[in-house]
Amino acid sequence: MPVISMREALNSAMREEMRRDPSVFLLGEEVAEYQGAYKITQGLFQEFGEWRVRDTPIAEEVIAGVAVGAAFVGLRPIAEMMTFNFSLLALDQIVNHAAKYRYMSGGQIRCPMVMRGPSGAAAQVAAQHSQAFESWFAHIPGLVVVMPSTPKDAKGLLKSAIRDDNPVIFMENEVLYNLKGEVPEAEFTIPLGLGEVKRAGNDVTIVAWSRSVQYALQAAELLAKDGVEAEIVDPRTLRPLDEDVIFDSVRKTNRCVVVEEGWRYAGFGAEIADRVQRECFDALDAPVIRVTAADVPMPYSKILEKAFLPQPEKVIEAVRQVLYR
Amino acid sequence: MTKDEALALYRSMLLIRRFEERCAQVYVEGKIGGFLHLYIGQEAIAVGAMSLLRPDDYFLGSYRDHGYALARGTDPRPLMAELWGRASGISRGKGGSMHFYDVPSGNFGGDGIVGGHLPIAAGMGYAIRLRNTDQVVVCFFGDGAVNEGAFHEALNVSALWGLPVVYVIENNRYGMGTSLDRASSVKDLYQRGSAYGIPRRDVDGMDLLTVRGALAEAIDRARREKSPTLLEVETYRYRGHSMSDPGKYRTKEEVEEMMRHDPILRFASVLGEQHRVAPAELEAIDKDVQDQVAESVRFAEESPWPSAEELYQDVYVRSPYIHAKAAEKDPAWRAAEAQDRVPERFPAWTQQAAPAKVES
Repeated sequence: MPVISMREALNSAMREEMRRDPSVFLLGEEVAEYQGAYKITQGLFQEFGEWRVRDTPIAEEVIAGVAVGAAFVGLRPIAEMMTFNFSLLALDQIVNHAAKYRYMSGGQIRCPMVMRGPSGAAAQVAAQHSQAFESWFAHIPGLVVVMPSTPKDAKGLLKSAIRDDNPVIFMENEVLYNLKGEVPEAEFTIPLGLGEVKRAGNDVTIVAWSRSVQYALQAAELLAKDGVEAEIVDPRTLRPLDEDVIFDSVRKTNRCVVVEEGWRYAGFGAEIADRVQRECFDALDAPVIRVTAADVPMPYSKILEKAFLPQPEKVIEAVRQVLYR
Repeated sequence: MTKDEALALYRSMLLIRRFEERCAQVYVEGKIGGFLHLYIGQEAIAVGAMSLLRPDDYFLGSYRDHGYALARGTDPRPLMAELWGRASGISRGKGGSMHFYDVPSGNFGGDGIVGGHLPIAAGMGYAIRLRNTDQVVVCFFGDGAVNEGAFHEALNVSALWGLPVVYVIENNRYGMGTSLDRASSVKDLYQRGSAYGIPRRDVDGMDLLTVRGALAEAIDRARREKSPTLLEVETYRYRGHSMSDPGKYRTKEEVEEMMRHDPILRFASVLGEQHRVAPAELEAIDKDVQDQVAESVRFAEESPWPSAEELYQDVYVRSPYIHAKAAEKDPAWRAAEAQDRVPERFPAWTQQAAPAKVES
């Protein structure tokens, strides 16, 4: 199986879907002539031309709004946010329009669009460019929220997101763009709303998505040296959520740690902790512990940035807590 | 324009007027709730525009949206039922006054966010260009929306990419209770089009034929030249911003002065002078319109409430790309349907017999 980067996986997902379906088009800042701020859209402009790969002004509300309007009349737009930090300027289009028009119209309208781009912390880009907003989008009925952690998942999930008839928020991670992994050469999709066990183990369940899977994997390797086998469960899609893959693991390990890059306060991990304590109460041997970002804006300084983010050591500490060791 | 065509436009304006007078009445009686923004005084704009659109064109408006649907020919019965929050409402009782959608007629509705639908209109225009058809989009909004960032972003890309969208500012002089003078640095709102280098003009919105002329030109430009236009249509709402607004920010004299230019009365005199329509003929139309409105109220009152299952319907589209395991646990996903729902249709209104419901 070929080994490619997440960047290449995302690019090939879009290329294949644009070849497959002429109603798919891409718009965003620097997606065409510049070839993408993070080169995710490399070569697409040359292949598909300006009406299907559209450079936009720096105007996030109209990027999202054009996607919403085109989707309402049957196209399948992919709106790239250079980063999800800027999606706050487009939030009204997503929350009040993309997510609600089907409901408000009594089922007359659908919005088959994807908004995608990197989310979460990068490296020393400080408070306005290092935010994990998945909790915000996952809160909204009408949206689908996807956060891949591997190149294979990125490709299979993005293809499903493009074909799906609902508005999909597809949150990537800049730090993962160079992550390499095996991706099948043949055509494939991965269903939205299906989680996956990324590492099997019997001693503790670690729920993580996107970059947090990396923190969990690193922690698991270190824990293994001490004889603790962690099971890492990646829901991959936060809305709808594959509860079963989480519950099945917790019922086996009896312990659960949730790792997320977002802030603790009202973060998505709280949703998982809530569901686990209700559905797996009898199986739990310890409270569910959350490893999150610090509840402060992201600082610039390297040393403070490290302190802000969930680190493998913090995951190990949380695992020891639930194991009472 | 033939006499029959002119009478149809008159009837359409009057239907909006009488429908909304009745809305105000039942609102005060407590039969309907929520927000109610009346279009009374502005009828010439919706009627003028809809008389020019092709069946395959698209339009969107603000939350003051009853007039667009009625002028497009949507049956008043499901519209009134929507205000009643009934299952037979045009949006199945989930939208209310601000959210009249009728997609088969190109109506993408009322938007409750000031300026929120302008970028969406640009997106529909983009789709038209990408598909290379000659449809157009007409986007109606109030003077308040021009100060939103969405206005700037939408007009900029519409001009930049050559999108076939007619942007219609219905300038009724007040954004809720704040007069235009206190909200906009430039008072001639059509001049804002100069910032984007697009065709723009100021139109008397109290005169149906003037409105029609300006819109015909703009729609034609969009269709043939793929150019957006910004029209400022000067109009007036006789009622408050919504039913809870007593309108204390404007004088009685100002309102009375504007009512002297009433678009329906003005067009009635055109009908008399140019088409020799007798007053009795207009009275007969009024009687028929009032009967039609009364029938819509009867229909609404007798319609069933939405079922409990309706709460979870229409959040999502059922999709083969969503795994069943996650979907089955969520009531909104369980209730999701693969197809879009089409509003129910009823036989055309005739004065003689109130028709029974039929299958669409």
